[in-house]
Amino acid sequence: MIFMLQKTLIYTAPLLIVALGGMFSERGGIINLALEGEMIFGAFCGAISARLFLESEVFGTNMQLQFIVVMAISAVCGALFSLLLSFSAIKLKADQTIGGTALNMLAPAIVNAFALAFFNMEKIQMPANFAGYVIKNPDATPIEQIFADKAYISTYVIVVVFILLSIWIYRTKTGMRLRACGEHPQAAASVGVNVFKMRYLGTTISGALAGLGGYAYIATVANGTAESSIAGMGFLALAIMIFGNWKPVGIFFGALLFGFLKCIGPIYNSVDFLKNLGLPMYFYNIIPYVVVLIVLAITAKKSGCPKAEGIPYDKGMR
Amino acid sequence: MNNFFKKEGVKSILSSVLCILAGILLGFLIMIGLSLFNERTTIESAFKGLGILLAGPFSSGNSAYIMTNVGDMLFYASPLIMTGLSVAIAYKTGLFNIGAAGQFYMGTLAALMVALNIDTTGNPAMGILVWILAILAAMATGMLWGAIPGFFKAVFNVNEVIVCIMTNWISANVVTWLFTNMPDLINRGAGKSGYLITTAVTGNGTPKLGLDQIFKGSYIDMGIIIAIILAIVIYVILTKTTFGYELRACGSNKYGARCSGMSEKRNIVLSMAIAGGLAAIGGALYYLNPGIELKFDTAYSQLPAYGFNGIPVALLAINNPIAVIFVGIFIRFLSMGGDQLTSAGFNKYIADIIVALIIYFAGFSMFFKGFITKLTGKKKAAASVSENANMAVKAPDPEPEGSPSGDGQNTGKEADAK
Repeated sequence: MIFMLQKTLIYTAPLLIVALGGMFSERGGIINLALEGEMIFGAFCGAISARLFLESEVFGTNMQLQFIVVMAISAVCGALFSLLLSFSAIKLKADQTIGGTALNMLAPAIVNAFALAFFNMEKIQMPANFAGYVIKNPDATPIEQIFADKAYISTYVIVVVFILLSIWIYRTKTGMRLRACGEHPQAAASVGVNVFKMRYLGTTISGALAGLGGYAYIATVANGTAESSIAGMGFLALAIMIFGNWKPVGIFFGALLFGFLKCIGPIYNSVDFLKNLGLPMYFYNIIPYVVVLIVLAITAKKSGCPKAEGIPYDKGMR
Repeated sequence: MNNFFKKEGVKSILSSVLCILAGILLGFLIMIGLSLFNERTTIESAFKGLGILLAGPFSSGNSAYIMTNVGDMLFYASPLIMTGLSVAIAYKTGLFNIGAAGQFYMGTLAALMVALNIDTTGNPAMGILVWILAILAAMATGMLWGAIPGFFKAVFNVNEVIVCIMTNWISANVVTWLFTNMPDLINRGAGKSGYLITTAVTGNGTPKLGLDQIFKGSYIDMGIIIAIILAIVIYVILTKTTFGYELRACGSNKYGARCSGMSEKRNIVLSMAIAGGLAAIGGALYYLNPGIELKFDTAYSQLPAYGFNGIPVALLAINNPIAVIFVGIFIRFLSMGGDQLTSAGFNKYIADIIVALIIYFAGFSMFFKGFITKLTGKKKAAASVSENANMAVKAPDPEPEGSPSGDGQNTGKEADAK
């Protein structure tokens, strides 16, 4: 049971932060279909820099500090990559789904092409000692074990960032302006808000969070392998955001639910109860997707979707 | 009026060609960049790489392989044309079918279930019958599978993109799950792990119609002919029938369509079902070829690239079914060149980067076209495309706020379209 909860937290963290990233972009009025690509790109940059750091031993044995620095680098790279989407969607007013799709195709191609050109592999594997990321406290009480044993510092960082940004978007002037740009950009502009700037801000934060989440995913779940696919986590995060009704609290519970459901497939073999049921892994793999569908069917009618989402801002339109 | 339509068609093709050129140019720059940082390659190899890309299947040094390469290009293009058609028809109805990958898998599943379970060795007539049955089974399964996102969209108002992605991963798991439980279909040959047997074993592969005599040594079969026929059929349905008109009307303006007494919900479900059927036939055509074997054991962790590559095909073809044929073949043309890039010291993924860049530019080109339609005072399917295209094409302004003063005038139209 403790093991399952630990795993749930590990799977939840990337979903949580990427879904929040999706929310920042969409509350600003830009559909960020490129979360998947941004995750792949962020993870790729993170894995490269982690390799360089581990080889040059800049951080010596301080693995946790190194992890945090690499997460920051991934976030910056994800943000830079998302500028491609912002530029086409905000500046050139191109179709946002096309831009997102292009980025989702571009990221894996870049990863494959560059990894093959510079590392002679189609993916980037971090050196084995990246395993030092994991925090071990086997002697703690069961409750403490859930949160502090076999845990990763990324989970704590993500929760802190999640809380701070959630407060920011609801309790600050800039946050409110960002939300206004997703609901009625012309109204926002009429009181002096720079809609273009706000939308750039939202999409860039979104890209940064996706890049961070991408690296957290490969460092904790995917055995330190950055490759051309991130197993649909970006799209799942998008679904969680819709499930959470574009609100942080909803996203939080959605991410917990799907983190739990998603971790069953890979680990059911080490949980006696599930193993005895005799069902194949594929059954457990399907569960989260089916649950998403059912939940969406029930909740979608009263959707809190930002009203101006997906519509390029046009100053003259009232 | 006639003149105008001609002009618009020309402009569409022109903007697509511009996208392609820009993509190839950027890809070339990337090759130059890579060649500077890699001791295996020099600037010359970047030029060599560009030559290989532009020559596609003809880039092979040995002329004996050229016909084989062209045949392979046509063979690999046929599933691409099918998934491209799938995305295009959904797009015409205002839906983004990102679920072609899952529909492709479901088609593969159904077709192989039929074809591999009925052994028709030594009985060609039966073989063709079973083959037709397999294609029909794929189509029916794909239509049902594709109808799911349509149903969710129409009844529950759930975004079709999310439902498509969920059904993609469900179908991927179902494929591995079902075939794992069918030991008779698994290829137990030496050195084989996780592959199914092929239609070469059961004798009901796609008929070749003598095409393999022209393109010796290639995989080619009549799949490409079927794909072209279906593209024409879809074109006729979309442009010449009431049903097709309704689909397009729902895509351009669903409120308008509803006001005119069309059932928007019915059209959404039907459009997605047809899209699903087309993608599924693509899967069937690919895997019913006697030379192609399905690696089923890892299918659950990876979606077929054909499903997603249908999206660029449809976008570049501006959702025109006839153009899908040419674009599908063109994308394979580029990829064939990409496969040869190793001889210049680069890897094949450069071609993938170029395709992705072309799509990125296609986002702009669509509203380049929207600008022309607007200029001629015609409100059309450019509804989702923004108005002031002139700004993007002519001169991107460094100041975000600094849009040309012209964009104010066009806005009334966009408001109508929404």
